[in-house]
Order: sequence, then C-alpha cells, then structure tokens
Amino acid sequence: MTEANILRRKKWRMTGVMIVLIVLTYGSAAITKFNIIEGLFAIPSTLAWMINNLVPSAETIENIPKVLKRLWETIILSVIASTTAAVFALLFAILGAQTTQFNRFFGFVARFMASIFRNVPVIAWALVLVISFGHNVVTGYFALFFSTFGFLVRMFIETIDEASSDGVEALMATGATYFQMVCKGVLPDTMPQMLSWIFYMIETNIRSATLVGLLTGTGIGYLFDLYYKKLDYNMLGLITIMIIAVVFIIEFTSNKVRKVIS
Amino acid sequence: MTTIVLERQPLQSAFTIAPEREQTNTILQLTNIAKSYDHKSMVLNDINLSLQEGEFVSIIGQSGAGKSTLLRCINRMIEPSNGKIIFDQQDITSINKRAMRQQRAKMGMIFQHYNLVSRLTVFENVLHGRFGYKSTMQGVLSIYTEEEKRLALSILEKLDMKDQIYKRCDQLSGGQKQRVGIARALVQEPKLLLCDEPIASLDPNSSKVIMDHLKEISQSMGITVLVNLHQVDVAMRYSDRIIGLRKGEKVFDDIPKQLNQLAIRNIYGTSVDELITE
Amino acid sequence: MHVSPLETNVKVRNGRIQITNMTKANIVMRLVLWALLLFTLIGPFFLDYGTITWSTAISLTLGNLKMMFLEPAFHQITFATALKQISMTLALAFLATILGAVLSFFLAIFSAKNLAPSMVSNGIIAFNSFIRAVPTVLWVLIFAIVAGLGAIACVLGMMLHTIAYLTKAFAESFEELEEGTIEALRASGANWWHIVWHAVVPQSSSYMVSWIFLRFETNYGVAVAMGAAAAAGGIGFELFMASSFYYDLHEVGMITYCALIVAIILELVSLRIKRKLMAKS
Repeated sequence: MTEANILRRKKWRMTGVMIVLIVLTYGSAAITKFNIIEGLFAIPSTLAWMINNLVPSAETIENIPKVLKRLWETIILSVIASTTAAVFALLFAILGAQTTQFNRFFGFVARFMASIFRNVPVIAWALVLVISFGHNVVTGYFALFFSTFGFLVRMFIETIDEASSDGVEALMATGATYFQMVCKGVLPDTMPQMLSWIFYMIETNIRSATLVGLLTGTGIGYLFDLYYKKLDYNMLGLITIMIIAVVFIIEFTSNKVRKVIS
Repeated sequence: MTTIVLERQPLQSAFTIAPEREQTNTILQLTNIAKSYDHKSMVLNDINLSLQEGEFVSIIGQSGAGKSTLLRCINRMIEPSNGKIIFDQQDITSINKRAMRQQRAKMGMIFQHYNLVSRLTVFENVLHGRFGYKSTMQGVLSIYTEEEKRLALSILEKLDMKDQIYKRCDQLSGGQKQRVGIARALVQEPKLLLCDEPIASLDPNSSKVIMDHLKEISQSMGITVLVNLHQVDVAMRYSDRIIGLRKGEKVFDDIPKQLNQLAIRNIYGTSVDELITE
Repeated sequence: MHVSPLETNVKVRNGRIQITNMTKANIVMRLVLWALLLFTLIGPFFLDYGTITWSTAISLTLGNLKMMFLEPAFHQITFATALKQISMTLALAFLATILGAVLSFFLAIFSAKNLAPSMVSNGIIAFNSFIRAVPTVLWVLIFAIVAGLGAIACVLGMMLHTIAYLTKAFAESFEELEEGTIEALRASGANWWHIVWHAVVPQSSSYMVSWIFLRFETNYGVAVAMGAAAAAGGIGFELFMASSFYYDLHEVGMITYCALIVAIILELVSLRIKRKLMAKS
C-alpha cells in the first residue's frame, strides 16, 4: 500500500469517527433533554452569579469555627480512609500484579475483588451503610475506604508492573525468597509512586467526602447541604472557599513531597 | 572514563574456590533440553551441552534462536519442557523450589538491562547477591555480616566501582550499571556465571571493559562463564568455545578457530561480512 | 586504629559498615510515612461517633449487604427502566466528556508551554487547579442555582472537572512534540495555526482519543453519583430512590449490579486502550 493510500484511509477513518461522535452527541442531548446552546450560555452567567453572590459576608465569618470543625472531620476521614485502604491495597496489589503474583488464580481473584470494590458506586456503599450506621462518620469512612481500596489496588498494580519487573527477575535468579524479592526488589522502586497515589487519593477523598457527606449527613458535605437548602449563599461561599483552601494546601504539600522523593 | 588495568591474579582471598586448572571438572551438563511454550513450536530442541570449570563459552545465534531461553532453562527461571540439568554434580532438573534457591545462589546471572533496583545504592544492589544464603527475615531487614560487606567492597574495588558505592543506581552510566550487575553476581560466590547479552546495550568502550572483566573472572577465579552474544567478532576474541544456536537447535560447538564462513552461514543463514557491516 | 585500605571512603557506624546513605529523598519519605501512620492512629480519636452500638450496626450492615448482593431483585422499577436510566447516565457522562474535550483542546493549545506564551499558559493552569479544587457535586449544585436542577447543571458541573483533567493531559502530549519539528515548520513559513493543525494535532490525536475515553470512564462513575446527590436523573437517582425512599435493599443490589457491569466493561476497554498507549510510547 502506498503512503498516499494510508493517509487517505486515515482521513476517512477520522471523518467516520467525527460523524459517530456528532451523532452520539445529538442522541445524548435528546435523551437527557440537554440543550447545548443553553447549557454553554449558563457557564458565564453562573460564573457571574458566583462572583456576585457566593461571597462570605461579615456575619458568616463568625461561623468559621463551625465550618472548620466539619472540615477537620472531613480531612481526618479522607486521610485515614486513604492510609488504611492503602495498606490493604498493597497486599492485594502484590497478589494481583503480573510481576509479583505467585499464583495465577489468586492474582485473578485479587484483581477481580478490587474491580468490584472500585466499580460499585461510592454512593451505593454510602446509601447502604447509612441505613445501619446512621448519619455517622463511620458511614463516611467505610464508603470512602471501599472505593479508595479498589482504586489504589488498580494503581498499585500498574505501578508494580511498570517499575520493577527487571529487578524481580534478577533477585529471583540470585536465589532470593519471595518476600525478599517483594521487599527489596519491588518496594524500593515503587514506594515513591505509591506514596504519590496515596496523596492523590487523600486529595480526591476530600472531594468525595463532600459528596458522601451530602448523602450521609456528615462532614463538610452535610454543612453545604444545610445552607444550600436554606439558600444562605454567603455561607456557601465561605464553605466553598475553605474547601478550595484545604485542597490547595494538600496539593501543594503533596507536590513538594513528590518532587523531593522522586 | 576510567581505564581498567587488568591484573591476572585472583580477585581476593575470601573466595573459597581455588582455581585449579589442571584437573577440569564438569560444572554443568545439559542433556536433551527442550522447551516449548505452546506444545507445537519448539523454542529449544534437544540441546546437549557440557561446561568445564573455568571455561569461557559464548552462545551465538540470531535473535529468536533461543539463546535467552537456554540460559534461563539452566537456572530454571524458565522450566524446560524436557531434558536433564546436572549442575555441580547434582541433578537439579526437578528439585523443589527451596533446593533450587540454594542452587541458584551458586549461579550468578547478568542481564542485558542490568536489572538493578534503581533507587537503591550500588552497595545495596550488590549485597542482594547474598539473598540466596539468607533466611527471609535477614534479607528483608537487610542484615548482612561485616564479612559479606567486605567481600562486596573488595569485588567492587576490583571492578573499579569502589567510589560509587553510595550512589543510587539510576545515577550510573550503562557500563557502570553492568559492573554493578557483575558484582552482584560475584558476591554470590558462584561456580557458574550466566550472562544474557551483557553488552547489547553498551557502547564499544564499555563493552570492552565488561568483556575483559568477564574473561578475567573466568581465568583467575575459575568461574565458568556462559555468555549470550550477538556479536560474532566479540565471541571469537574472548571465548574458549563457541556454541551456535539456530531455531532452537545446537548447530555448532567448537573452538573459535573452527568458526569459519561456512559455519557462520549455517548459524545465521548469512555470511560474516554482512553481519559485521550490519 | 588501623583502617584497612578496603575501608577508605566507606562509612562506618558503631563498627559496622553502612550500606546506604541517608539522602534527602529517603529522609523525607520516611518522615512522610511516619506522619501518615501517626495521623492514622491519632485521627480516629478526634472524631465524634455519636451513639453507635457497634455490634448491632455491624450485623445489620452484613444483613443489608447480603440482601443487596446475594438477593438482588427488581420491585419498584423494571429491567427496562434500569436500562433506560443507565443509557441516561451514559448520555450525561458522554455529553460532559465530549463538550469538555472540545473546550480542553483549545485550552490545551494555549496552555502547552511550547505553543503559548507562559503568561497565558500559567493563567490557564491556575484556573484549572481552581476548578479542580471544588468538588464536582458543589459545581453541579452551584450550576443548579442558576440553571435549575437537572441535566444542564449536571453536565456542566462534570464538564468543568473534565476540562481541568483533559487540558492537562492534552497539553502534556502537545509538549512532547519536538522543538525541532516546530522550528522546522516555522522556518518553512508556516504560521501558528498551520503548526497546530499539521504537526500538533496529527501527532497527538491518538493520545487525545485515549485520554478522552479514559475520562469517559471516570465521568460515568461521577454521573452515577450526581444522579443521586444532585437529582440529575439516571441510574444514580434510581439508586437513591430505592435506598432512601423505598428502603428496598434487594432493588439497591439489582441496580448496583447493573451499574457495576457497565462500569467493568468501560474499565476493561480503557485498560486495553492504556496498554496500547504504553506500547506506543
């Protein structure tokens, strides 16, 4: 086949993809009754509205300690859900990664279980747990724990398979045992990347905790929901700004740490 | 780049293997080794091979001829489908994992991509070679005796890597990394060194340094060295004996002098001139 | 004391030869690990648990999970409704992804360091990290104040996070274009748009398609959640109704399974795409 032919075929394929995408877009818009023009125009008007209304007023400042308390709860939940999930995720990832699995069957089971945990919607966990644990931090913790666990297993497996297959082979060839191979061949090279994923998860969990909190009546999400229903936009502004601040602080620290340890 | 002065003397007294060249012992005996991944096409077919103590043997052949697989069948990183492996007077063909671990400790392996743990120091990587002699806990907690550390240091010194011991391995050049790989293998106090394309990723200067070291190891320490190579000229210059593999079968096994145009054509299906200008 | 020549330049502590040296990276990593451990151990004591009777709560949860996962059944809705709602959720996710992708493409051109002035690029990056810092659900609820609860608020809210994510991914793949290629084109008299269309786009198009799909997978999960939290419709809303309104855990289980199967299919596809991407690079 000539060069020109390949190019022409590529062009046709791109055109085909384009047409399919446009059809899908219109189909989706029809199903959801989403008006694209109206939708896009809502962005500037919303931003304008935010600047005008979503500002904390003098009275709301007094509520800062109240917000801080809830935010603190959310932070703790996010961190401990991430760290505890990471411990379990590490075990499952070692069982499930191609380079470190000692048995195909166990590897498959580990990957399958993790896949179930991360693909069951967070809200399904939250909604079920809230029935038995009530509007309680424990509900939030478990909901975050399950989804974080599932996600981290996937990311850890990728990290292990990308970073360490070479060292693993060499260690096995020296006559090292399985645990020696994992601890000395796999962990040193994957630890920084894994830590980086844990930080990412803490950051993500702050956001997810807001969502879970909304549904389960805990943490900052509960507070947002409360003032949202009261239409108290000044308070909403304050809460939003404080969430942004927390996420920025975590992002900033994790970037610093990432730079040093990589 | 540091130049290497080759000294024709044993690396150091800590080595227990005395190089007695007069009475040569068979260190490795492969009988009818075969390997197939899919029960249809044979990657290795009926390989018979015996290596003497202190011998320097190269395996040449096209890529895909089964060189790497053969090497890995010897330490059973890949399980052969058929055949018998006798290493150091012991049949290791079907011994259990634990016993195999102990045998692997006596075979060093060197890789094309060095296969170091890149974020650990040179020293740590070299000491990994001692894992075969340790309990799991000792290895996991990095407990090494002072003797082992001194052994590692003396080997690194001989390989001219003494100044780099606290450097992280990802900060080294390719030639330096391969020397760490060699040191890791030597710290095992091996009887056999399996080298899988040790110079394929290196520039000519580093390649020469590495090959000189390997030759030196076989001559002065009496360690048998089995090297996969794809450069015929390198194989001819360094080897005591050359094995030619073609499509999983041994088609040549003789001293370098006997490797003439015809033999090369037989191994590669092409003449040596084409190979060198390639 | 006599030091043998072997031990020159070797660190010795308490008579033992050191095999590693403490680099900044090592120290920081240990500190971070210890800090996380400490926080995890102490953190739970700061939380207010109210009044939970752990034994009943746990046995209740196990019972609920059993009802959910082992005895799934439809009661209030039918399988057909579930399918319809899943396609609704997929449609929401698709709209957010595709609109976000189009906008991201233009933003990415202006935020790639090799294509745009650094002022513009940094501005876009800062704007994106602001967008990312606000949880999607808050964006959706904020949009809902202006546009009303429903598809528009949901799509727009998800779109913003999509933009923040894809702009970064696209810009990074644009930045991989070699400086030499751009220079050569410039030397041959090509203007900026020529460079974008004839060098940048062809080279990164397969990357972009992959990233877009990966984001679609994420957006599906987000869309499920938004259905429940922001009443945007779709399978998430049914999930919310079944659990919070009807308390029907059998149905929650059935709906969860439906959502799960779609999610796993999407994940398998994106896994394949990722492998292809890695094989290419």
